[in-house]
Amino acid sequence: MSQVSSGTGRDLRLTGLHKTYPNGFTAVHDLDLVVPQGSFFALLGPSGCGKTTTLRMVAGLETPTKGTISIGDTDITETKPYNRPVNTVFQNYALFPHLSIAENVEFGLKRRKVYDSGKQVQEILALTELVEQGPKRPGQLSGGQQQRVALARAIVNRPEVLLLDEPLGALDLKLRRAMQVELKRIQEEVGITFVHVTHDQEEAMSMADTVAVMNQGVIEQMGSPYDLYTNPHTTFVANFLGRSNLIRATVVGREGTGDDAVVKADMHGTVATVKASKVHTDAKDVLLGIRPEKVLIQPEGTAIDAPGSSISGGVVVDASYLGVSTDYTVRMPWGQEIICFEQNTGRRGGLIPVGTTVDVSWRPEFAFLLDASQDVDAGIVEED
Amino acid sequence: MTRIGRWIGSHLVLTGGLLVLLYMYIPNIIVAIMSFNDSSGARNLYKFQKFTWDNWLHPCAPNNLCSSVVTSIEIGLLATIGATVIGTFAAFGLVRHRFAGRTAMNLVLFLPMATPEIVMGSSLLALFVAAGLGGQLGFWTILIAHIMFCISFVVVTVKSRLAGLDGNLEQAAADLYANEWQTFWKVTFPLVFPGILSAALLAFSLSFDDFIITNLNSGQTVTFPMYVWGAAQRGVPMQVNVIGTLMFLVALAAVIIGEVGARRRRKALAAR
Repeated sequence: MSQVSSGTGRDLRLTGLHKTYPNGFTAVHDLDLVVPQGSFFALLGPSGCGKTTTLRMVAGLETPTKGTISIGDTDITETKPYNRPVNTVFQNYALFPHLSIAENVEFGLKRRKVYDSGKQVQEILALTELVEQGPKRPGQLSGGQQQRVALARAIVNRPEVLLLDEPLGALDLKLRRAMQVELKRIQEEVGITFVHVTHDQEEAMSMADTVAVMNQGVIEQMGSPYDLYTNPHTTFVANFLGRSNLIRATVVGREGTGDDAVVKADMHGTVATVKASKVHTDAKDVLLGIRPEKVLIQPEGTAIDAPGSSISGGVVVDASYLGVSTDYTVRMPWGQEIICFEQNTGRRGGLIPVGTTVDVSWRPEFAFLLDASQDVDAGIVEED
Repeated sequence: MTRIGRWIGSHLVLTGGLLVLLYMYIPNIIVAIMSFNDSSGARNLYKFQKFTWDNWLHPCAPNNLCSSVVTSIEIGLLATIGATVIGTFAAFGLVRHRFAGRTAMNLVLFLPMATPEIVMGSSLLALFVAAGLGGQLGFWTILIAHIMFCISFVVVTVKSRLAGLDGNLEQAAADLYANEWQTFWKVTFPLVFPGILSAALLAFSLSFDDFIITNLNSGQTVTFPMYVWGAAQRGVPMQVNVIGTLMFLVALAAVIIGEVGARRRRKALAAR
């Protein structure tokens, strides 16, 4: 309702938010979350993880079983959806088919009896490059245009929080990429807090300042895209956000203190070191994680130009040439297949043939250590 | 031979279609022609004898003809309003709320459409008599009966429109600061209105047209279909054809106006 207040203190705060449906299914489990004012926040997770339910509770379209939702000091848990300073961009856009584009955009302003609504509509249509479409009906617009109308219709109200429910899900890949850039630009221009729900990790990472990875009604991990990717805390995050090689290992020692502290782990006979800040377990049985692009690969006997944890005796079982990079699948002596992405810089002058015995290695600072009691395959998704 | 065969082959659908149209509209054409018939010679012969404007100039000449038309229109309008209001509420209830007995309710509302009119008419008569209204059969009992059988058609028509409505639209309205009342009048109602309108038109034509149920519950009141039936025993006055042609023209005009309006709106949008 109110204008975006300058200064801080209008953070979106979810406290102990819980939703159990009448059929007994718990969609959201005691969620605590603070979205800083003005940030671009992404709730990322597979379908059914509770991210949309969370969004709908913030919008007021779903009633929490317990917990509170507040913006700054204002508790809006019980507030009707039409009294919240929150607007939503729906997954299927939900544009009113009987109204023109301009009337759709003006809808919220009219309900609040804003006096210069016509002018504001024109401004927002210009911002979203829709001036030409103003008199048309939603049915006459393309998917990308409809998406922008849905966005314009929401942000014209200058809500304190804008909720986006898979807003790009219905667009094709090319348009999706373009709209990601567009959305980010508009968010920076209007400075509204964006909460973006998506199952597309690339989308979340490319747009959001902060990403919360959600799984089975709880937040697995939250942080900047960089932190989440380089230092995942669970196997789910390691697999859902990009891909990971997770190798079973046993902790054999801890050395050093402070920033230099490391944990040594024995992976099938090779001892690797991992920075203590990337160790997320006290257990002895661990999973050592390393991202595929961090794994260097070289035919047996030739030098690898990186100091670190090196393992010999792997055999290339598959090599997929993708133009910019080549994906190698290497069978390790203990039978596990690990993947390795190599940039095609031209340095190698060709591919390593399938069947070649290779050494693999990585810099110790890239590795992370997770608890082995978790499901190793949690969060693995089929590429779409 | 093959040439003729090919010609028939390529024109079969067109010819067939035109024949079916002719079959459907022959009664209307005959009614229109007969409205210009001078039947003063032989009243009980439904046969074109002589051209005249008389029937069109004096449509109310036969006793009670025009009053029966007025009665039918009055009952039709009131029945339409009653059935549309009740049926629309029922449709909203059935689509929007989950309650015990909803499936049974759907069936119960559907049944009158499948019941033979003669059965419904006689049971209504039995009901009115049992309720002590046997001496007061007339305008109001006809109206009650018409509202009753129109409700089912209204419910079915509005329900299908409502079921096709995207529920997200109402949530979007609520999200855009519209309270329940505004959401209904700004979003739900305009989107469901075409369904309500076609339900109302259907109800009116069902009511205007009804003979069997009306005849059983009419007492001394005479509606237009009853007048025609009664007159048919002695020879139909040619003015009935005038009324029939007028009804047909009104319906035709409604369709044309609707179509022209829709086309103009489309064109205006395309031009922008």
